[in-house]
Amino acid sequence: MNAVWSYLVAVAVWPGLLFAAPLGWLELWFMRKLVARLQGRQGPPFFQPFFDVMKLLGKETVIPRGVNRGIFLALPLVSVAAVTAALAIVPLPGNPVPSLPGDVVLLLYLMEVPVLCEVLAGYVSRSIYGQVAAMREAILSLAYNLPFLVAIIAMAQMAGSFQMRALQEVPYGPVHLLAALTFLLALPARMKLNPFSIANAEHEIIADSHIEYSGPPLALFKLSHAIEVVLLTELFAVVFIPATPWPLVNLVVYLVAGILVLGGVTLLATTTARLRLTQAFRFYWVWGGLASAITMAATLVR
Amino acid sequence: MNLIERVVAISRRRSPWICRLNAGSCNGCDIEITPLLSPRYDAEQLGIELHGTPKHADIVLISGTLTLRSRQAILDIYDQVPNPKAVVALGSCPSSGNVFAGSPLVLSCSLDSVVPVDVWVPGCPPRPQAILDGIARAAKLLEDGATKSQLAKSRLAGSQPESRCGRLS
Repeated sequence: MNAVWSYLVAVAVWPGLLFAAPLGWLELWFMRKLVARLQGRQGPPFFQPFFDVMKLLGKETVIPRGVNRGIFLALPLVSVAAVTAALAIVPLPGNPVPSLPGDVVLLLYLMEVPVLCEVLAGYVSRSIYGQVAAMREAILSLAYNLPFLVAIIAMAQMAGSFQMRALQEVPYGPVHLLAALTFLLALPARMKLNPFSIANAEHEIIADSHIEYSGPPLALFKLSHAIEVVLLTELFAVVFIPATPWPLVNLVVYLVAGILVLGGVTLLATTTARLRLTQAFRFYWVWGGLASAITMAATLVR
Repeated sequence: MNLIERVVAISRRRSPWICRLNAGSCNGCDIEITPLLSPRYDAEQLGIELHGTPKHADIVLISGTLTLRSRQAILDIYDQVPNPKAVVALGSCPSSGNVFAGSPLVLSCSLDSVVPVDVWVPGCPPRPQAILDGIARAAKLLEDGATKSQLAKSRLAGSQPESRCGRLS
């Protein structure tokens, strides 16, 4: 199998679109069901995220007057493509893509693209609510990226290389624990969950930055979010969970770890109220900064 | 009807997203919508989600007496909802004006003469169970392609007579 085919398989089938979309829907259903059960409700049926996306695919697309049609329709496509390509780099067991030197940098860059798409979607839509959401998202990304990037860079420092396979093979130590905690600190804001659901605050600014989107483009944004949830949980599992020599066991461990992380993050989301933007920003630059400094110091001490 | 169309049709019934529109209501009907999202009635079991923007909605819940000032807002918001869409009229006010009929600036006509209404939920205010039933009926109509806007689209364009009710001049 030559390189082009292995990239195509990785993006389209495993661990790309064909695997990530159903897993993303499963994980979104799990989060919604857990929130409902914690609130004493029954919660949505199992296929709910799938039905939501299929219904949106069958709806009309309304494009507001005065909006650049090309950018408006391209943003959701770019978002899905970037997040799927990012997932194809993650060295899940059986991933056909060869490990490249510096693919950690590529991964981190591709993970920023959906955030950028959301910000642009808010500004392109010409809706005042969309613009407020885009501004909030942009400022929040400056905050949560500090602990998020430091957690990955600390592991790269330990491995001495910016290669995903090398990150996976770092001997397990206290830095893993510190970096994992720093990563978890950034996770709720990256997933736009409750104490940091500032950019998609439905009671304050009606909806998130895709307020003007409808039909298939909105379905693509929903799909992009589902794949992003898979990407974040599997990235956590691959980098911070110790690997066993058996690939099949690894896969099961990674999936279970992903579900557990989601459960914890959802529990936090149901038990907390939304912070203001300044509070979230201060939290990430004070406590996130402190955690980042401790993690980086630990990599230097060893 | 091929397989994908069938799946999309079923999805329309299983995932109705709603949007509230207060056309001059006393807030009684709106307060009765809130318990739908609470643990007792839990509308999420039917896939119902409350959205703030008409762009994301499938079903518009219109409550309240029609007034001279809300008429254009109803038309604008109805136009913003992407097809296919359904309208549910909540309570007695949209159909008759209820106790406000004959007051100044209240339109003395039913909501049906402004936008096509698919389901009427009677009551002043209707019980939450009745509202839930109305939404489920509208979702079933969406699946069958039998809402008035869907039928009008499948017939010749412009066959729906435009009403002059409440129009100024």
